[in-house]
Amino acid sequence: MRHRTRSFMRGGAVALVLALAATISIAGQTQSAAPAASPKAAPASAAAGKAYKAPRTPDGQPDLQGFWTNSTYVPLERPNGVTKEFYTPDEAEAAIKVAAEREAEQTEPGTTADVHYDFSQFGLDRSQSKFAMNLRTSLIVDPADGKMPPVNAQGQKRAQERAAARKTAGGQYDAVENMPIGSRCIIMGGAGPPLMNAGYNANYQIVQSPGYVMILTEMIHDVRIIPLDNRPQPPSQVRQWVGLSRGRWEGDTLVVETTNFNGKNGFRGASENVKVTERFTRTADDTISYKFTVEDPTTWDRSWTADAPLVKTGGPIFEFACHETNYGIANILAGARADEKKAAEQKKGSN
Amino acid sequence: MRNRLLIGTTLALMVGWLLPVLTNVAAQAPASPAYRAPRTPDGKPNLNGIWQTMNTANWNIEAHPAGPSPARELGAAGAVPAGLGVVDGGEIPYLPAARKKQQENYANRLKLDPEIKCYLPGVPRATYQGMPFQIIQSTKHIMLIHEFAGAVRTIYMTDQTEAPADSWMGWSNGRWEGETLVVDTKGFNDLSWLDRAGNFHSDALHVVERFTPRSPETITYDVTIEDPKVFSRPWKMSMPLYKHVERNAQILEFRCVEFVEDLLYGHLRKQPAK
Repeated sequence: MRHRTRSFMRGGAVALVLALAATISIAGQTQSAAPAASPKAAPASAAAGKAYKAPRTPDGQPDLQGFWTNSTYVPLERPNGVTKEFYTPDEAEAAIKVAAEREAEQTEPGTTADVHYDFSQFGLDRSQSKFAMNLRTSLIVDPADGKMPPVNAQGQKRAQERAAARKTAGGQYDAVENMPIGSRCIIMGGAGPPLMNAGYNANYQIVQSPGYVMILTEMIHDVRIIPLDNRPQPPSQVRQWVGLSRGRWEGDTLVVETTNFNGKNGFRGASENVKVTERFTRTADDTISYKFTVEDPTTWDRSWTADAPLVKTGGPIFEFACHETNYGIANILAGARADEKKAAEQKKGSN
Repeated sequence: MRNRLLIGTTLALMVGWLLPVLTNVAAQAPASPAYRAPRTPDGKPNLNGIWQTMNTANWNIEAHPAGPSPARELGAAGAVPAGLGVVDGGEIPYLPAARKKQQENYANRLKLDPEIKCYLPGVPRATYQGMPFQIIQSTKHIMLIHEFAGAVRTIYMTDQTEAPADSWMGWSNGRWEGETLVVDTKGFNDLSWLDRAGNFHSDALHVVERFTPRSPETITYDVTIEDPKVFSRPWKMSMPLYKHVERNAQILEFRCVEFVEDLLYGHLRKQPAK
C-alpha cells in the first residue's frame, strides 16, 4: 500500500508514464539476466571476498565504471516485528515473495492501480529487473535497531511549519507548485545523494576521468560530477537540489561528502543543513558496496547509516526525457478546473 | 571551344565547392596543423575539461544584425547581439518549404522555442547554447554534460549500437581520427531547434561533429548537418570551444523546469472565488 501511494505520487502524470513506457522497457529488456524474485542470482555484498582487488582505470583509480542498479526489496527501515539483522536465505526469499506479490496486486484488472499503469509491463515491477540481493532485514545498519532515529524538536517544528505552509498554499491540484516534485519532473527519488532505490528504473552509470567521478541516474538524466581534487566546498549561497559533492579516495574506497542542499527535497524530512557521506567500494566484479551516513543536527540528534549495495546491470541507459512529455500536469490541472466549473454550475442550477 | 567551356565550368564548380571551405578557414583563427594535444592515460587526445562557446550562434546560427529583445520587459538586457554566423557559406541550404517554416518559427518563437520551455536542447544546439558543458572522457564512454537542463550525452566509443528509439539528444557513437574525436549522432526526434531564430530539423537529422584540439585551451568544433527532409544538401558549421581555466570551475545545477512551470501551467491555476 505504501508503495502504491508512492508510485502514484511519483508517476502522478499518467500520460508521462505512458509516454515513457518505451524508454523504460529498454532498460528493462537489457537486464535479461533478471532473477524473477530469486535470491540466488545477485551476490550479497557482505559475502564478497576480502581479497578482491578492484581493477584500475588507466590513471590508477579503482574502477567503478559501468552500469549499476540499487533496486532491492530490502526496506530502508526494519519491519515491525522483525528483530534480527539478517534473514536466512529462505526467509529473505519469503520476504521478497510477499513484496513481489504486493507489487503484482497493483496490476489487478479493474482496480485504480491498473488504470494508472500496468506494473507487469515495462520493467516497472522490480521482479522484472535485476535487483541487489541482500540478506539484511533493513538497509539501515546504524542505529542497531534498523530504524531511523527519532526526529528531534527542531525537526518536528520544521515539519509542522511545512505542513502549515502546504495548507495555506491550497489543494494539491490548485496549482503546479502544490504537486509532488517527482510528478513535476524536477527530481526523482533515486538521484540522491544518497542513492536510494527508486522502485523502478533504479539504474546508474558511472564514468571516471582523471580527477572526476561522474554518476548518471537514469531517472530524469540526473548527473552528479564529483571532483576529487580536494577543492573547498562552494560558498553557502550556492545551494542545489542535489547539493554539491566533493570526493576523495581512501584506499580503494571513494568517499563523497555532499552539503549545500537547498532543502526543498529534504531526504526523510532533512533540512538544508544535511550532510551526506557516501562510501563506494568495489567488492566484486559485479558489486559495489555502497554505504551512506546522513547527519543533520537540526533534524536528528544522531547520524544514521545505511548499506545499500549496487550490482552490475546491463546497459545502456536511454534518455529519460520527463518534463518534455509531461502532459499529465496540464491534464490533471485542467481536470481539476473542469470539476470546479461543473460543481459551480450545479450549485447555480440548484439555487 | 568546347574544352574551354568544360574547363570553365569545372573551375566554377571547384570555386563553388571551395568557397565554403575558404570562408570557414577565414572564420576560424588558423589552427596550427602541428598541434598535438596532451594525452589521457590511455593514450588518446585529452578533451577533458569544462568548455563553452563565445559567439551568438544560439540567437541565430546564420549572420544577423543586433535586434530588440523578443520579451519587451527585458529591454536591452534581453536584446539580440549581432553575429557574423557560424554556417559555412553563410546560408543554410533549406528546401523552399522548410525556409518558410523557419520564418514561421521565428515569428512565433516566444511560443515555440523549446529552450523557453526548458526542454532538452538537442544537438548541436546544446554545444553553443551559451552555457558551459563538461567532457568526462573514459575509454569506453565519453560523457558530455551540459549545464542547461542537465542535458547529457553518452558517446559510445566501443559498445556501439544503432539508436534504440528517437530522442531529444540523439544516439552518439564516436571514434578517433588522429587528433580528432568524430561523433556520429542519429535517432533524433523532430522537436528540438538549432537556435532561437527558428532554425530547425526533422527526425531524419544526422549530425557528425568533429572535436579537434587546436591549443591547450581551445578546440575546433566542426559540425556536418544532414537532413534530406529539410535541407537541399549537407552543410557545415564551425566554431571554437574555449576551456574554463578557473581553478574552481564546475558545472552547476540549472534545473530549469521549476523556472518555467508558471509559464507553461499558470493558466490552469485555481482562481480565487469571485
